Amino acid sequence: MSTDPESRGTKGDILLEMRDIEIDGFSDERWHDIIKGVDLTLRRGEVMGLIGESGAGKSTLGKAAMGFAQPGCRIKGGTINFDGIDLRAASESQKRGLWGSRIAYVAQSAAASFNPAHRLIEQTVEATVGHDIQTEAEAKADARELYASLQLPDPDTIGDRYPHQVSGGQLQRIMTAMAMSPRPDLIIFDEPTTALDVTTQVEVLVAMRDIVDRFNTAAIYITHDLAVVAQMADFIKVLRYGEEVEQAETRKMLAEPEQDYTKSLWSVRALEKPEVKGNDIVLSIDGVDAAYGNSVKVLHDVSINIPRGRTVAVVGESGSGKSTTARVITGLLPQLKGDIVFNGEVLPKVLKDRNKDQLRRIQMIYQMADTAMNPRQTVAEIIGRPLDFYHGMTGAKRDNRIVELLEMIELDESFMDRLPSELSGGQKQRICIARALAAEPDIIICDEVTSALDQIVQEGILRLLLRLQKEFNITYLFITHDIAVVQAISDEIVVMFQGEVVEQGLKSEILSPPHPDYTQLLLSSVPEMDPDWLDRLVAERAEA
Amino acid sequence: MHPVLSTVLQRLGLGVVTLFFVSLIIFSSIQLLPGDFGEAVLGQAALPETIEAFRKELGLDQPAWKRYINWVASVMTGDLGTSFSGRASSGIDRSRAVVDLVAPRLWNTLFLASMAAVIAVPLSLILGVTAALYRNSFYDRSVNAATLTTISFPEFFVAYILIVVLASLWPLFPSLANVTETMSFTERVYKCALPALTLTLVIVAHMMRMTRASIINLLASPYIEMAQLKGASRSKVILKHALPNAWAPIATVIAFNLAYLVVGVVVVEVVFVYPGVGQLMVDAVSSRDIPVVQACALIFAGTYIILNLIADVIGIVTNPRLLHPR
Amino acid sequence: MTTPNDISTQAEGYSAAAEVGMARQRRTRLQRMWISLKKAPFSAWFGMVIIALYAFVAILAPFLAPYGEAQVFSTPFAPWTLFGEGQHFFGTDQIGRDVLSRLIYGARNTIGIALATTLISFLIGGGLGLVAAINRSWLDQILSRAVDVLMAIPSLIFALMLLAIFGSTVLNLIIIIAVIDSTRVFRLTRSVAVNVVVMDYVEAARLRGEGLGWVMRREILPNIMPPLVAEFGLRFSFVFLAIAALSFLGVGIQPPTADWGSMVRDNASLIQFAQYDITAALTPLLPASAIALLTVAVNFVVDWFLHKTSGLRDEH
Repeated sequence: MSTDPESRGTKGDILLEMRDIEIDGFSDERWHDIIKGVDLTLRRGEVMGLIGESGAGKSTLGKAAMGFAQPGCRIKGGTINFDGIDLRAASESQKRGLWGSRIAYVAQSAAASFNPAHRLIEQTVEATVGHDIQTEAEAKADARELYASLQLPDPDTIGDRYPHQVSGGQLQRIMTAMAMSPRPDLIIFDEPTTALDVTTQVEVLVAMRDIVDRFNTAAIYITHDLAVVAQMADFIKVLRYGEEVEQAETRKMLAEPEQDYTKSLWSVRALEKPEVKGNDIVLSIDGVDAAYGNSVKVLHDVSINIPRGRTVAVVGESGSGKSTTARVITGLLPQLKGDIVFNGEVLPKVLKDRNKDQLRRIQMIYQMADTAMNPRQTVAEIIGRPLDFYHGMTGAKRDNRIVELLEMIELDESFMDRLPSELSGGQKQRICIARALAAEPDIIICDEVTSALDQIVQEGILRLLLRLQKEFNITYLFITHDIAVVQAISDEIVVMFQGEVVEQGLKSEILSPPHPDYTQLLLSSVPEMDPDWLDRLVAERAEA
Repeated sequence: MHPVLSTVLQRLGLGVVTLFFVSLIIFSSIQLLPGDFGEAVLGQAALPETIEAFRKELGLDQPAWKRYINWVASVMTGDLGTSFSGRASSGIDRSRAVVDLVAPRLWNTLFLASMAAVIAVPLSLILGVTAALYRNSFYDRSVNAATLTTISFPEFFVAYILIVVLASLWPLFPSLANVTETMSFTERVYKCALPALTLTLVIVAHMMRMTRASIINLLASPYIEMAQLKGASRSKVILKHALPNAWAPIATVIAFNLAYLVVGVVVVEVVFVYPGVGQLMVDAVSSRDIPVVQACALIFAGTYIILNLIADVIGIVTNPRLLHPR
Repeated sequence: MTTPNDISTQAEGYSAAAEVGMARQRRTRLQRMWISLKKAPFSAWFGMVIIALYAFVAILAPFLAPYGEAQVFSTPFAPWTLFGEGQHFFGTDQIGRDVLSRLIYGARNTIGIALATTLISFLIGGGLGLVAAINRSWLDQILSRAVDVLMAIPSLIFALMLLAIFGSTVLNLIIIIAVIDSTRVFRLTRSVAVNVVVMDYVEAARLRGEGLGWVMRREILPNIMPPLVAEFGLRFSFVFLAIAALSFLGVGIQPPTADWGSMVRDNASLIQFAQYDITAALTPLLPASAIALLTVAVNFVVDWFLHKTSGLRDEH
């Protein structure tokens, strides 16, 4: 079926019908609305994509489809009808009879959701055997077949291992097998690939989609990534602040979204900086080796040149050594070999040997703005400290400069005496940018600065960074795993894999073929906003 | 080597090292005594020769490391030295071997502690687990409030309340637990009822709170929610999914509280005039009879270290990550 | 893929300042304190009132007590006389001292000594714990191992042993308990501070080139205060109970200083007269319940404070 996307159209009878669902959550000593009157209809064999940003309530709604209220939540209103059974009126034991037999659940974190004390195959067949759907021997034989069809290595023996003995991508596929084992009518996939690297994500997506197709199972696929859901779902429902924004068939949604909010979900992908070549090298990393403690080396002979006033994006998956490179540049992790040359002079390896001016000229912005700001200091204290420390500004002079900086990042005076906890995610990251700017640096190292943010906020931050670069000729070393962000902001790209630089060059060179093997794998694994992308990729890889 | 074995050996090694340092601290306590303590022990009228002989007996004329080795060697063979009391300035020595003082009392203390533990451990585990399972229910809240109050009470307060109520106003049990060696088992139990009850109340409060906290922590694991979403029954979730991962925290709670019991025994023994090690130690502290204090401290510290060691070893051998290495 | 648009155009109607965040209504520190106080449960209020009452009695002891701390009257074990001129409200003790007066002075002595001990233990344990958390090298190793060894000896037993060696004076008592207790404070401070030290904002301060003192004072200390304040309450009640226990055993605070632990011990023999005169039996229970009430009060307040600051809620 995966070869003929058109056949994923109309399906059987209505399987799940939710009407006017209202869910409350308890926090800060009181109840808040999480879901405010959402309807949801799913037919047999259909896959629905449930998409939204953090806090949209998609996961809560997904679990409610099983009649399950998360701890700390309560289903306050509405009806949930699963194949003629009223799940809101059903008793606990009635619901337990459905869970793990007719409705199954695949969780985001497979590593935490498997019980460390039991073998994988025991957990795979637990529900099937527990509900007397199959005998243990039958269920185990079937599980091994499922493992095989999910492309797991050693399908006959992998189930005898314990959860900590297999990789994250494999665990996620085993969890899919666990959900499929009782041949349920409905599977809830709750962000199943969010924790995985892109190259692993592709394998898991293919495996999940094929098996859902094969058994004609209905599914709700929850994610924040529109490109991923485009591969999986027949139709997509967009949620925001616990309310439905719109719902449409997948191709229609991608081609002509009706609501502005839906359009904003892929706004970053619409951003692209025209690349400019630079020859004035501000910082160069020259043949650097580095290791944590006495253990194995994490960087091998890394060399990167960063031209002034340009953005160099370092891309790679977890464990590629991109963040370690940043630590070496800042002096937090002294290198074993090689040099960091900054403005023509070799930087001392260790942080404490560097002088104030060298420190000032290299600034850093972190992924988690939450932990990058002292929660007990006000915005004025956070931005004001580098002004005082590097430039000796005090009193009214300092305050004026703080206001200037706040205006530069599109905020205003009224933010001066706020605490970080009183800011939104995007505002926090902006304050971190202002703190870096306050030092008047030559180069700012941005470590995954947008990856914890929602799409529309990401776009705002990227635009801000680009504008500041134009105005002040700042250089960025931009570390990220997100190719869309790379498109948006970079002039040059460095691809890293297992502590080595695979290639470095202008954006246009790196992103267009021919590619070295790893770059090819990495780039091709990035999901595109095209429902046929996964099919095409599978076909291409099968040919190669 | 299998990781479980090597981790256990590592932990045992650490236990031995700890024991070594603790014994060193306890040993050096006699070094810290002021120089004139010979006079203090033997009395103002003691002759210089008598004091000199006493110092020699303690080995104070030898280097410290030699004395430490001798001390450890004799402790190993069961010789804990001689008590300071019973010595006279005249040089006549009626002092008794510390072992003879400690041994019968150690048996008494162990009897009382085990009696309390036999009641307290199962009771608090049941209370703690049920409070965690029925979290925020009326039952949970009342058990919680009651135990929070109890852990705030000094042991002697609990003891005296029990005496007033159960020994004085309604004389059900004796207020003095003066057991003797010739007593029958049932008579011993009867005499020990109030001290054991006091200890039980104090321990149950601590232990129930710790059990509750660790079970709640365990039940918050994603794999427990997963088991629920697979339609497993409540009992199956608890027995099959929570319990195999609960041994380590439960062992820690039990060990911590048994260790606490051993210490709590000191005050309770004094209240009920129970002839145990705790009371012996308090008396020895008052009369500054250092060899006896050393012996008692060694016994208490040793028990404490061994109990914690056992808990850690149970935690190691039930850890699936160590049992089934990659 | 949609066509790339010019980078200089801002998304329509988007303003960073208007972004809705977790932003709550802005309030001053005092207002916030008052609001959380108003929301405090009954048990916390009860605890706070009791603590205030104890502090009042302890500070004004000489004005509140009808007689002197060690003033001896002719009748030992005089019965309770609730009304009447020149009488003893709660009777007299075994050598004829007024029990009520000694209870009042006892508040001052017992609480004062426990408070001093806890403060010293926090100075030692908190300071070293902070240094160990930042240093994380040989110093941390040595301190942590030493604390492991010290904590392997039960604290009451350790205290008894040290008192046997150095003798039972108030100063010795304070120093010994403070040192033993500081091991617990060290452990907590270190573990809390280690979690703060790895925060990006501490790294950011180091990258800026800030000195150790500034990092400790401005970045770390304010963020470890809430758990330390709660721990102060818990350590205080622990120290308070330990000193009471030692005094009860006769090796703590020595006569004639009025102290609740030794008052229990002195009047304990009255317990057996419960059947004949219940007030006599209650005499030794008075100081004992004074101890219990204060620890309960402290525990109630700490319990509420922990619940509030940790964001820990049972429901989640």
